[in-house]
Amino acid sequence: MSSADFSTEKPRPSPFQPRLDERNIHDAWSSWNGYKLAEYYYEAEYEYFCIRNTCGTYDICPMQKYFISGPDAEKMLNRMVTRDVTKMRNNRVSYVLWCTDEGRLIDDGTIFRLADDSFMLTCGSPSTAWLKKSTLGFANVTIDDRSDELAALALQGPTSCAVLKRMGLKGIEQAKPFTIHHFDFLGDSLMVSRTGFTGDLGYELWIKAELALELWDAVYEAGADCGIHPFGEQATNMARLEAGFIMPGYEFNEALKTVHFEHDQTPFELNLDWMVDFKKPHFNGRAALLEESRRGPRYTLTRLDIEGNKPAEGSFIYDSRDCSRDIGYVTSGMWSPVVKANIALAMIETPHLNGELWAEINYEKELRHYSKVARCSVKDEPFWAPQHARETPARDY
Amino acid sequence: MKRYDAIVIGAGHNGLTNAAYLAKAGLDVLVVEKNDYIGGAAVSRELHEGWVYSSCSYVCSMMRQSLHRDLDLSRHGLMLVPYLGTVNFDDHGNTLMSYHSEAAAYNELKRHSRHDADAMFRLQADLGRYAQVIRKTLLRTPPDPTSFRIRDIQELLFLAKQFGALGQKELYEYIRFFTLSAADFLDDYFETDIVKASMASAGIIGTALGVYSPGSSYILLHHVMGDVDGSIGAWGLARGGMGAISNALASACKSFGGEIRINAGVDQIIVKGGRAVGVALSSGEEIRANIVVSNLDARRTFTKIMDRDDLPPGIFEKAENFKIRGSSGKVNIALSGLPKFNNVPDNPYVNRGGQAFTGSMETMERAYDCWKRGTWSDDPFIESVIPSAWDPTVAPPGQHWMSNFIQYCPAELADGPWTPEKRDQFGQTVVNKLERYSPGFKDLIVHMEVRTPFEIEQEVGLTEGNIFQGELTIDQLLFNRPFPGYAQYRMPVKNMYMCGSSTHPGGGVSSACGANAAREILMDLRRPNTVPEDDCYDE
Repeated sequence: MSSADFSTEKPRPSPFQPRLDERNIHDAWSSWNGYKLAEYYYEAEYEYFCIRNTCGTYDICPMQKYFISGPDAEKMLNRMVTRDVTKMRNNRVSYVLWCTDEGRLIDDGTIFRLADDSFMLTCGSPSTAWLKKSTLGFANVTIDDRSDELAALALQGPTSCAVLKRMGLKGIEQAKPFTIHHFDFLGDSLMVSRTGFTGDLGYELWIKAELALELWDAVYEAGADCGIHPFGEQATNMARLEAGFIMPGYEFNEALKTVHFEHDQTPFELNLDWMVDFKKPHFNGRAALLEESRRGPRYTLTRLDIEGNKPAEGSFIYDSRDCSRDIGYVTSGMWSPVVKANIALAMIETPHLNGELWAEINYEKELRHYSKVARCSVKDEPFWAPQHARETPARDY
Repeated sequence: MKRYDAIVIGAGHNGLTNAAYLAKAGLDVLVVEKNDYIGGAAVSRELHEGWVYSSCSYVCSMMRQSLHRDLDLSRHGLMLVPYLGTVNFDDHGNTLMSYHSEAAAYNELKRHSRHDADAMFRLQADLGRYAQVIRKTLLRTPPDPTSFRIRDIQELLFLAKQFGALGQKELYEYIRFFTLSAADFLDDYFETDIVKASMASAGIIGTALGVYSPGSSYILLHHVMGDVDGSIGAWGLARGGMGAISNALASACKSFGGEIRINAGVDQIIVKGGRAVGVALSSGEEIRANIVVSNLDARRTFTKIMDRDDLPPGIFEKAENFKIRGSSGKVNIALSGLPKFNNVPDNPYVNRGGQAFTGSMETMERAYDCWKRGTWSDDPFIESVIPSAWDPTVAPPGQHWMSNFIQYCPAELADGPWTPEKRDQFGQTVVNKLERYSPGFKDLIVHMEVRTPFEIEQEVGLTEGNIFQGELTIDQLLFNRPFPGYAQYRMPVKNMYMCGSSTHPGGGVSSACGANAAREILMDLRRPNTVPEDDCYDE
């Protein structure tokens, strides 16, 4: 067996891998887009609290990074996504969705407008094929997949600005949400955007992969007294749920990977109406979405505050306590340590939104299974949206 | 002159909780506080620029989650962050680290004793079982076992059911447990002293008992029954210091229309015709109210701010005899850097959370002997936490503050009253001990706040500086707290209530006393209850 070669099967190392290996003391790994990804480094809740109380870093190298440029780049993106890209100023970031012609959500991501005719599109799943289809009819646009060449590190939490200040990024506290800034780093360009997926104050750092370790070390040296700690997928998932952000595999099934009819979702079902701009010219899925906006979505993604403290993961939602008719299902649920509430996102049949909502929660205690029915109330506001996450200048903690 | 529906005396966390719930029910409530800051013993104070001390209480595990949630304390600025990694130090410099992962914790115990590593599983299960029963009583008013009222009988049945569910053998064990010493209890599990001592220290904190004194095993349970987000036995820090809890409660109280007045110490509860009708402030001002709620301890309430002639016979004596002996001190130290301790790996998860200088069972008992003789312990048990290693808001970056809780320190010294010189000597004893375990510690000191029982009583108002507002022994628990016959928050004078830790379920930053008292008051006023149930019933 000593000659066995598993190298082609093992997940690929991240540009940050040597540092990640040092910190992942329990060897808790999963993978993302073929890259090794930490489930957690020390403990999920510990890392979650770093995001909320101090700061943490998340390796987002496996995220897909497409550079889209040329005279037709803006037009091409504008036809692809549901928001109006022409309204974006340079050095701004915008959260976007793109859909099939049937208005079903393919993926969400962010567009970075780097210059008039130069954009970076980031997203969770590989999208080369769809992007190629989306260029159809546009002669002057090139797409460069730099996912493997560009390293990226999310730095999130209330002390994240203080860390960057200590790193010497002058004026970073003045950076407004969704803006892009460039700094010199070892003679190269470090791009910093005030963006993130945690609902807290936070930034994303972008640098060529060759400088990944140097960047990591600079961030960690600056953050040593600011409570910095790497966080994994599990803490990310907790933070994003509190912030009310959707996640593929939970809230939506990517349309291009969906087998069963309408087991994918639309922006309206995901309660992202504000992301769809019918005032702009034609875009993918426009006709179907217009039709849906008239008749209303079949389901609506809803924030729920649920009685008791048992997470409602995987629960059905019913319209009465006797649970005779299900009207929806929970997509993500957890006990929120900072909000101190049993929170969930749930897909609920739209006509039932104003009625009673009950979740049947199954839980286990010492190998025995229990079930309870808990009243749910609809929350209009995000579960967690602290003032400091939006403020400019950003605070030190 | 304005007449309030209710006046709450003392803006400690229970007083604020009580006021918040009364205000939430629509009552016109005023909280009066003698100090120029609120919080009582749950307070954050910047005594040296840049450092925010939790001057008294310093960690939190009993805060009732359902109250936190119901009062929306997160929205009012409260975040409780669990901390990990307490290291126990014995007399010889050996260490016992607590790890979050079960595997690491097991390996660490095994380093000391294979036997004790196994036994720890049984101890945790037993404590978990005991804690589960007690936890269910926290947000409930204790029944009066002599009463035939339906509610009391129902509550007695509830208790009987909870205890009954333990099974016959465990029930016997539980009854025994209440009267055991921590040492006797732990002897049944462990063979090594460092493991016993690490667990036994929880049995003496805040109490004038030693690890060999009967009754100390319950105190141990009281310290491990709390939780943070359902993780039983875990302890949390309030972001911004313990004052963040009081501030959030005050903010909630005000959001319901409650008023809080500082610099308003109460000299006297005014009683007319056997009814409390208001309070007289030390300024001479009198404020009227239909209800008066005291958040002060039982001794102070009945012997300091009430006229003995206003009380039914025997109450004054009961208050005088209420067991509320001061046994602990607190030394808060601002540090220019993170101290390093001997024999602790350079592991950020264990090298900065908490330190327990337990010494040994014998050392802790000898420390108690000093207390009995009326001196502070020369080799005290110290429980320390470095909140700044977790909380970026309480010290400048890279600098720290260390909370040291010291057992034992008497309220009255054998050689005469406390003086500033003696206080400083006491502080020096503590620093000397820390220096032994962390060479160079003294060089890191930027500022120190030394608090003996004398300072705690003078500043906070806790009699003898007793952190629990009365000891947590079986004679003063449940329906015996503070006195038999008065455990349901109503006091012997009509329209007067108590809501502090002198009442059930006792000390600790739980908000349960204040909430339970509010429930009783609203019941007497025939108002709908606004106090939620605890959320631990299906755990």
